Amino acid sequence: MSATTAGDAPVAKAPRVETPFRRFVSEFFESKIATGALVVFSVIVLVAIFAPLISPQNPYDLAQLDIMDGRLEPGSRNGADTMTYWLGTDDQGRDMLSGIMYGLRISLIVGAGSAIAAALVGASLGMLAAYAGGRTDTVIMRLVDLQLSFPTILSALMILAFLGKGIMNVVLALIVVEWAYYARTVRGTALVERRREYIEAAQCLALPTRRIIFRHLLPNCMPPLIVVGTIQIARAIALEATLSFLGLGVPITEPSLGLLIANGYEYMLSGKYWISFYPGIALLVTIVSINLVGDHLRDVLNPRLKK
Amino acid sequence: MSVYLLRRLIQAALVMLAMSVIVFVGVYAIGDPVEILISPDADQAERARAIAALGLDKPLWEQYLAFLSNAVRGDLGRSFVFNEPALKLIGQRAPATLELAFGATFLAILVGLPLGLYAGLRPNGAGAKAIMAGSILGFSLPTFWVGLMLIMVFAVQLGWLPSTGRGETAEFLGMRWSFLTQDGLAHMVMPALNLALFKISLVIRLTRAGVRETMLMDYVKFARAKGLSPQRVIGVHVFKNILIPVVTVVGLELGSTIAFSVVTESVFAWPGMGKLIIDSINVLDRPVIVAYLMSIVLMFIVINLVVDLLYSVLDPRVRLESK
Repeated sequence: MSATTAGDAPVAKAPRVETPFRRFVSEFFESKIATGALVVFSVIVLVAIFAPLISPQNPYDLAQLDIMDGRLEPGSRNGADTMTYWLGTDDQGRDMLSGIMYGLRISLIVGAGSAIAAALVGASLGMLAAYAGGRTDTVIMRLVDLQLSFPTILSALMILAFLGKGIMNVVLALIVVEWAYYARTVRGTALVERRREYIEAAQCLALPTRRIIFRHLLPNCMPPLIVVGTIQIARAIALEATLSFLGLGVPITEPSLGLLIANGYEYMLSGKYWISFYPGIALLVTIVSINLVGDHLRDVLNPRLKK
Repeated sequence: MSVYLLRRLIQAALVMLAMSVIVFVGVYAIGDPVEILISPDADQAERARAIAALGLDKPLWEQYLAFLSNAVRGDLGRSFVFNEPALKLIGQRAPATLELAFGATFLAILVGLPLGLYAGLRPNGAGAKAIMAGSILGFSLPTFWVGLMLIMVFAVQLGWLPSTGRGETAEFLGMRWSFLTQDGLAHMVMPALNLALFKISLVIRLTRAGVRETMLMDYVKFARAKGLSPQRVIGVHVFKNILIPVVTVVGLELGSTIAFSVVTESVFAWPGMGKLIIDSINVLDRPVIVAYLMSIVLMFIVINLVVDLLYSVLDPRVRLESK
C-alpha cells in the first residue's frame, strides 16, 4: 500500500525545499514504466473499491442472474436484451466483468491484509532479534531459517490441511508463510542502523528504549521494509489465487480471482476459454504492476545503487 | 569436521521431531478425528468401542508416542479412501512427481542457459531486453493459469498435445515411468514446461548476471589477449565459471520444484504425489495427509543437511563460523 501513498502525495508548489521524501517522489516518477505500473495498480484498486457502484451487475445477487444466460460468449446480449456481457458469462449466467471486479476485492483484501499483518509480526520479531541479541536473536533467526527452508506452497498447504478452507485461514497461512521475510529484512537493517551515531546519541540522552526503537530505529528501517512489503503483496495475491484454485482457499460464496479461474477449468476443454482467461488476465496485470512498482522502489530506495 | 557433522545431524533430527509434533497436533488434534473415522450411524456403544480401538480415548501425548513409534517403523496408518498403507500410496505416486520435477529442471537448464548467455553477452540489445521482460513475466505469471492456457492453446485449439494424464508408462527399476514411451513423453511436455516456467526465469537471471560478472574478469581478458576465438572464450572460460552457481541453485530448487508440482499436477491431472495430497485434503484422508507431509518434510531436511555438509566441505569458513 506504500506505493499508493507515495503516488497520492501532492507535489507541493510553494517553498521547494528538497526533503528526502520529495526527492524520493521525483526519483520514483523518473521511470516511465514504474509510473505506468503505479497508475494501472491505482486504477485496479479503485475498481475494486468501487465495484458495487460501477459493475454492470451484482454477481452474488441471485435475482439478477439468469441461468439461461450461462456460458455466453464475450460481447453477447443478455436474454432480456438490457445489457451486454462484454467478457461473457460463467456457468451460472454471471457476468464475468462484474465477477472479476468483485473477485479483485477479495484478492486485494486478502493479499494486502496478510502482507500488512505479516509485516507487523515479522518486523516486531526482527526488531526484537536485533535489539535483544543473544539467545533471543538465535531462537528467532533459527525459526526464520526453518521457515524459509520450506517452499511457501508447502507451509501454506500444511496450515490449510490443518485448519480447513476459509478467508481467515488463508490469511493466517499467508502470514505464517511471509513473516520470515520481513523479520530477516528488518533484523539485517536494524543491526546496521543501531551502530550508527544517532542511536548512540539517543542512548546518551537516556531516552527510553521504546522511544529509541519506535522513533529512531524503526523509521530508518522502513525503506527495505517497504520494498519487501510491496513484493510480498504480489506474492500473497498469487499464492492466494493458487490456493483457491486448488480448492483450499476462499469459499465458493466469496470467489477471488483464483476461484473464478478454477470455475472455468472444466469448460475450457470444450473451448469456452473466457471463464478462465479474463480473471487470469486481471490477476496477471495486478501482479505485474505491483512487481514493477516494487522493482523500481528497490532501485530508488537502495543507496548502494545511487550515483 | 566430525563434530560439525554430529551437530548438524542432531539438529536435523530435532527439526524432524518438531515437525512431527506440529503435523500430528495439526492433523489429529485440531479437527475431531472421531467424526471422520467413525460412521455417523454408529450407536454409543459402537462409538466407544471404536474410539478405544483407535486409541482416541488416551491422552494426546500417549497418542503421539504411539504415532511416533509407528512412524519410525514406517507405518503412518492406512488411507481411508484407498484402504492401503499411506506410505505405500505415496511411494506409488512418487515416480510420476519425480520425473516431472526432473523434466522441469532439465527444461529450465536447456532453455534458460542459452537465453541467459545471450542476454548477458549483449545486455543492451533488443533481444536481451525482450528476454529479461519475459523473465519478469515468468516470475509474475500464476503457474496454474499458464497451465490452463497451455491446455487451451496446444490441446484444445491446436490439438497437438494431450491435455491431461500420464499417458502410456513403461516399467523401469520396478516403477512405472512416462518418459520411456513416446506417448508418455507427449503427455509430459506441457506439465514439465509449466512447472519449469519459474525456474527458466531464474536460470536466465542467474546466467545473465554470471556472464556479465565473468566477462570483466582478468582471466577472460587474458584469454582474449592470448588471441583465443570468442567461441572458445565464451564456451570454455566463461561458461564453466557460470555453471557452478547455476547448478547449485537449480539443485537447491529441486525440492521446491517437487513441492510446487502440487499445482501443475492438479492442472494437468498428473497422478503424482501432489494430486494425491490435494485430493486427500479435500476428502480429509488424514493418514495420507500425514504421510505426505512427513515424507516431504523429511526430504527437505535431508536436502538442507546435504547442502550444508557439502558447503562445509567446500568452504571451511562455514564450519569455523558455527563453532
